Amino acid sequence: MTAVPRPAAEDAAWARLAAIGAAILVFGLLFLLPLLAVFVEALRRGLDPALAAIADPDSLAAIRLTLLVAAISVPVNMLGGVAAAWCIAKFDFPGKRLLTTLIELPFAVSPVISGLVWVLLFGAQGWFGPWLQEHGLRIVFALPGMVLATVFVTFPYVARTLIPLMQDQGREEEEAAATLGASGFQTFRRVTLPNIRWALLSGVLLCNARAMGEFGAVSVVSGHVRGQTNTMPLHIEILYNEYQFVGAFAVAALLALLALLTLGAKLLLERLTGRRAAVHA
Amino acid sequence: MSVEIAGLTRRFGAGRPALHGVELLVRGGEFVALLGPSGSGKTTLLRVLAGLDVPDAGQVRIDGRDVAGVPARARGIGFVFQSYALFRHMTVFENVAFGLRVRPRGARPREAEIAARVRRLLELVQVPELERRYPEQISGGQRQRVALARALAIEPRLLLLDEPFGALDAQVRKDLRIWLRGLHDRLGITTLFVTHDQDEAMAVADRIAILREGRVAQFDEPAALFDRPADAFVAGFLGEANRLPCRVAGGLAHFAPLPLAPVPAAVADGPALAFVRPAALVATPGGEGVVRGARHDGRVLHLSVQLGDTLLEATPAPGWEGPRRDDRCGLRIASALVFPADAAD
Repeated sequence: MTAVPRPAAEDAAWARLAAIGAAILVFGLLFLLPLLAVFVEALRRGLDPALAAIADPDSLAAIRLTLLVAAISVPVNMLGGVAAAWCIAKFDFPGKRLLTTLIELPFAVSPVISGLVWVLLFGAQGWFGPWLQEHGLRIVFALPGMVLATVFVTFPYVARTLIPLMQDQGREEEEAAATLGASGFQTFRRVTLPNIRWALLSGVLLCNARAMGEFGAVSVVSGHVRGQTNTMPLHIEILYNEYQFVGAFAVAALLALLALLTLGAKLLLERLTGRRAAVHA
Repeated sequence: MSVEIAGLTRRFGAGRPALHGVELLVRGGEFVALLGPSGSGKTTLLRVLAGLDVPDAGQVRIDGRDVAGVPARARGIGFVFQSYALFRHMTVFENVAFGLRVRPRGARPREAEIAARVRRLLELVQVPELERRYPEQISGGQRQRVALARALAIEPRLLLLDEPFGALDAQVRKDLRIWLRGLHDRLGITTLFVTHDQDEAMAVADRIAILREGRVAQFDEPAALFDRPADAFVAGFLGEANRLPCRVAGGLAHFAPLPLAPVPAAVADGPALAFVRPAALVATPGGEGVVRGARHDGRVLHLSVQLGDTLLEATPAPGWEGPRRDDRCGLRIASALVFPADAAD
């Protein structure tokens, strides 16, 4: 590579440095600094008050509820996302474009509206409200509503990660499996799933990060009953509004830590798959 | 395993159907090429046979049995895809073993038996050393052989290959097609393969089905297709030919205003189109034509001769040593295939 003239598409060194510098500056100011601030505020009075704030029964309940909502929503969206991606990538049917667009609807709609729709459907004044009340069923201001809102908001993550990959892979491997005598289920388990497993995991992790952090939609359907229908983001807001800064930031730090953990897992995964691809190349 | 195809039609949306009443009768043990220009329905026909696509009308009988209701996985037909479609996350060994592993529990061979069969197949396709590799680690020709071994693992009654040599370079192509023909002769499996390369079809197939716009234009042995094409399309599609408009009267084709002697033609009187192979257009020294080009392909000398304002491909008469550019020459038609003009393209 010596004495090769600089390709026309390559910019001057100073321009590259300036671009990189700007990116680092923006990243630092807008992402890193606020994140750092959360941890600094949480630990302002030391570790013990922060841990005590997390050990508070209401905080523990919020943590439990957040994990529970994620534990229900994420598998639901994993199944739904795989099914949607499978349909869109491997089959042709009328309305396919519409479905593809609909999958992105939760990205386009404000989370508040995503929560409000469930209140409109299942709330006391909602379409199905009277019927639900007659049968003693609670959806809004209870766990089912929060799960519904979370599922709605986080649905696109898995499907959108999988669709381009599955479209790119085409259906020939599935067809080959069919000619070799495999049933639909065998084809899915032995051919389709292994081909998408890393992308699927990556989509699931993103979905999980968002499910734990969702505020707007969940806020609308939760009812904010302390110790019962408060997730971590809602609990943080309440603590903050009550001037319990250490508590608010301690829980916030924990939530941020969960998100960072998820992203770390995703990064590790990409490293591993990258290495695997390199070995096979 | 015989294959009978009757009235097979397949439409994709509006417009001309991909298959339009295909009729074909393949005998057991035959090696058949489906040859045609792109868009002629070759691949669609293969996919319908395999059960990967569903016809809108018509029948497919394999060994006398209508397979309309039989799904792809129950047909026991080996299919080799143009892009091979090897399972990318499995080793070569697992790819070949796949068809055995997905059998229902009762019919599934033991692990040792599977291993033995996979190794036998990899020996057969001459790549036993590749069993631990992944598809992306081997060459195109090797993938082709692995794809074939995988298809053969289910002991198919019928083998279908879609452009089996399409993605390979010229020398590998030639070696593989000779080898494939040898393999077919040893195993005796009825085989259909799609190609758009007529040399390939001519070189290895027992019979060739020429497809055109979703129909079988002619199904015959290579020599017969060449010597007795059923219509103008086949005559023009196979091999090189000079197309000469002519007029038939009283069993003779006249080429006026071109200074060519009339030739016998067994078609009704009227305008017609004659196909004359370069080898059947003989150039002799002296005459109204002018040699515009001469090129030697190692065996024969090919001449481009201008006659009037038409450029024709011809062969020098035996004994005419070294015709050159701008030499004058005369042309004689040794044999021609004449078709009525209305049916011609």
